[in-house]
Amino acid sequence: MAKRVGMEVAIAAAEAVGMCNVDVAACYPITPQSHIAEHLSEIVADGRSDTEYITVESEHSAISAVMGASGTGARAYTATSSQGLMLMHEILPIVSAMRLPICIAVANRAVSGPLNILNDHSDIMPQRDAGWIAMFTENGQEAVDLSIQSFKIAERQDVMLPVSVNIDGFQLTHMVEPIEFPDQKKVTKFLPPRKPYATLHPDKAVTMGAFAMSDTFHEFMKAKDEALRNSKKAILEVWDEWEKMFGRRYRPVETHCADDAEVLLVTMGSMGETAEVAVDEMRDKGVSVGLVKIRLWRPFPFEELKAAVKKAKLLIVTDRAVSFGGPGGPVCSEIRSALYDEKDRPAVCDYIIGLGGRDVAVTDFVTMIEQAMKDHTKGALKDYEFYGVRE
Amino acid sequence: MNSVSNFDLYAPRLAGKGEYFSVGHRACQGCGEALAIRLIAKALGEDAVVACATGCMEIVSSMYPSTAWGIPWIHVAFENAAAVGSGVEAGLKVMRRKGRIADRDVKCVAMAGDGGTMDIGLQALSGAMERRHDLLFVCLDNEAYMNTGIQRSSGTPMGASTTTSPAGKKSFGQKTWKKNVPEIMVAHRVPYVATACPSYPIDLMNKVKKAMAVKGPSYIHCFSVCPTGWRAPSDLTISLGRLAVETGMFPLYEVEDGKYRFTIKPEKLRPVEDYLKKQGRFRHLTPDVLEMIQDTTNQEYNKLQNKVDSLRAWSDLK
Amino acid sequence: MKKEKKWPEAWHELNIGAMVFEPCSASEYHTGSWKARRPIYDNSRCIKCGVCYIFCPEGCIMQNSEGFFEADLNYCKGCGICAHECWPGAITMEEE
Repeated sequence: MAKRVGMEVAIAAAEAVGMCNVDVAACYPITPQSHIAEHLSEIVADGRSDTEYITVESEHSAISAVMGASGTGARAYTATSSQGLMLMHEILPIVSAMRLPICIAVANRAVSGPLNILNDHSDIMPQRDAGWIAMFTENGQEAVDLSIQSFKIAERQDVMLPVSVNIDGFQLTHMVEPIEFPDQKKVTKFLPPRKPYATLHPDKAVTMGAFAMSDTFHEFMKAKDEALRNSKKAILEVWDEWEKMFGRRYRPVETHCADDAEVLLVTMGSMGETAEVAVDEMRDKGVSVGLVKIRLWRPFPFEELKAAVKKAKLLIVTDRAVSFGGPGGPVCSEIRSALYDEKDRPAVCDYIIGLGGRDVAVTDFVTMIEQAMKDHTKGALKDYEFYGVRE
Repeated sequence: MNSVSNFDLYAPRLAGKGEYFSVGHRACQGCGEALAIRLIAKALGEDAVVACATGCMEIVSSMYPSTAWGIPWIHVAFENAAAVGSGVEAGLKVMRRKGRIADRDVKCVAMAGDGGTMDIGLQALSGAMERRHDLLFVCLDNEAYMNTGIQRSSGTPMGASTTTSPAGKKSFGQKTWKKNVPEIMVAHRVPYVATACPSYPIDLMNKVKKAMAVKGPSYIHCFSVCPTGWRAPSDLTISLGRLAVETGMFPLYEVEDGKYRFTIKPEKLRPVEDYLKKQGRFRHLTPDVLEMIQDTTNQEYNKLQNKVDSLRAWSDLK
Repeated sequence: MKKEKKWPEAWHELNIGAMVFEPCSASEYHTGSWKARRPIYDNSRCIKCGVCYIFCPEGCIMQNSEGFFEADLNYCKGCGICAHECWPGAITMEEE
């Protein structure tokens, strides 16, 4: 049994990136990502990773600098949260359009206003359509594993897309968790140096970032969509390889006691662990409930989701972001849309929870399950509601 | 594409053979900026990588599926030429160190228009220069946001009529003086800062070569005549550039290690009216505004002369 | 880049990331059709100094076999800079 250490998850994520032979990193500090940026710069300063660490002057420049570096064929990394990610927003679709395999850690934090530095998913949701692969982590081990995997996935010649690894800010980044670090030699074997598709070098001059008129733009968008959809196959292969080398199994949709459950709770991110305890409690009381945890957000895991909810009658989706004036939470609206054409689709309801770092305890999940089941029986299931909001 | 074979003659021998910015680009006829790019690319040669901002030069040269560039080139967005350039420089540096690319000097260059340098791009420029990347930043200043339709920028000269600072009954056009970015660069301790104009092509190319030799940040502010936006005939491009220098409106100087030096010094400055009256964008100017422009030009020129006369090189001040 | 690709390309034929792999491929587009005036040369006045070659924004001026500089009319946009800058007055612009 390999050695496990107790480490703050943000530091562990930086340590994991430090094992990946990253060539260029550019991180602009923002709470709660700052520990990742700081620790990575310490690793570089101590010579433990031969990386050019660019202390950029804003997140916009951070993503731009790593794009320039990625264009030269370097393995590039950045990390941010909330307002920083919103500042990068202009550039994110360009990264995926230019097929540059950049990896970013997002320490999920609420987006202003009002200003709030605590955890929710409102920073990553506006980046839904940017064309990036997006994965969510639930605990420190996953943060380490997915950080290393992200480079492998991004740089595959059948993917060549940027990847975001989402780690809940404070709720996860600042927790001390038991982490088993993979052996460096094995990581080096798993992650050889990047072999770029094209590079900015006079040996072979390439123009990157040409503009397209309306006669080709439509086709470029189709190509990008296909690239993202097809990347799922590559992600599954990388996860297979990871399991063989390191023993831990990852799936686009994780389930817990979901096979026979009539009611399914759906979470994404670190709240999955709390939800699991609540589900176990309810099951002990004889309630037919299970848990579905979405790990792969983009490309959306349509098949795996449909398979996981096949037998359920009621889905209780929890969202940590809101699409104001719209269909409620983004996770729920995507699930509803994914299940629309299914013959025996379950009823779906949505709870908006944990915004701005509001704590969601085991008892809250229990209450949500009980209330949703009651509403469902009465035929009075709501579209979406802000759980526990003071009226 | 080799366009000249006999290089024993005057101009071609000084300018060099290679064309790294090809024919077929979609710039307007008589475009001073296209000429500037052509000459700069000649001076850079093939061992350079360019990070370019959105603007005229990016649009006329990179319509998919063709490119006018003969050297590696990347375009990302409007305001981040310097940031992308920083990343290119860091990427090439580390990969050369790790032995993943050839052990060969490649100059990283970032190019942007006046908008992408002085306005929306100022933050990235300041950051890149402060971090002292081995990066040459070239500002191609055509004195407005030309590509989007001639809107004003902080590089637009006083009194110019642009589409967002038009001359009208209550306004004489641009009401502020041109932002002095070379001074900002000197304040960033950039070892080599210069102004240049393609009407003085050998001076421009020499400055590019000097900047290439700097192992650190360098900045060239290149005056780019835009006959379309300035409402002037397309054949006056070179002559307008000369007039800008001869009237003192765009002095050609360099600041090397903090020491200011004129590289082209007209014996006596011509009146600014000689330059202004040839352009439609100044046609509306009344004598009082002209006088104000002349006075301020004189003052700015004297300020520069003062620096040339009195400031010493930084290494002398240790 | 495959030369046999038809234009406009199907989505799966596009270059990945909209990259362009042929440097200076813009020369396939003949901007000469833009001109309203063309340069006319009086070689008895030409001193072969090459100033027109330096100042052409297109870079389309070439030396012919006798060493005289002349514009490649496939690309010349007729701006008139060469005629304006020619010191001995060897170039004039005439309506197309």
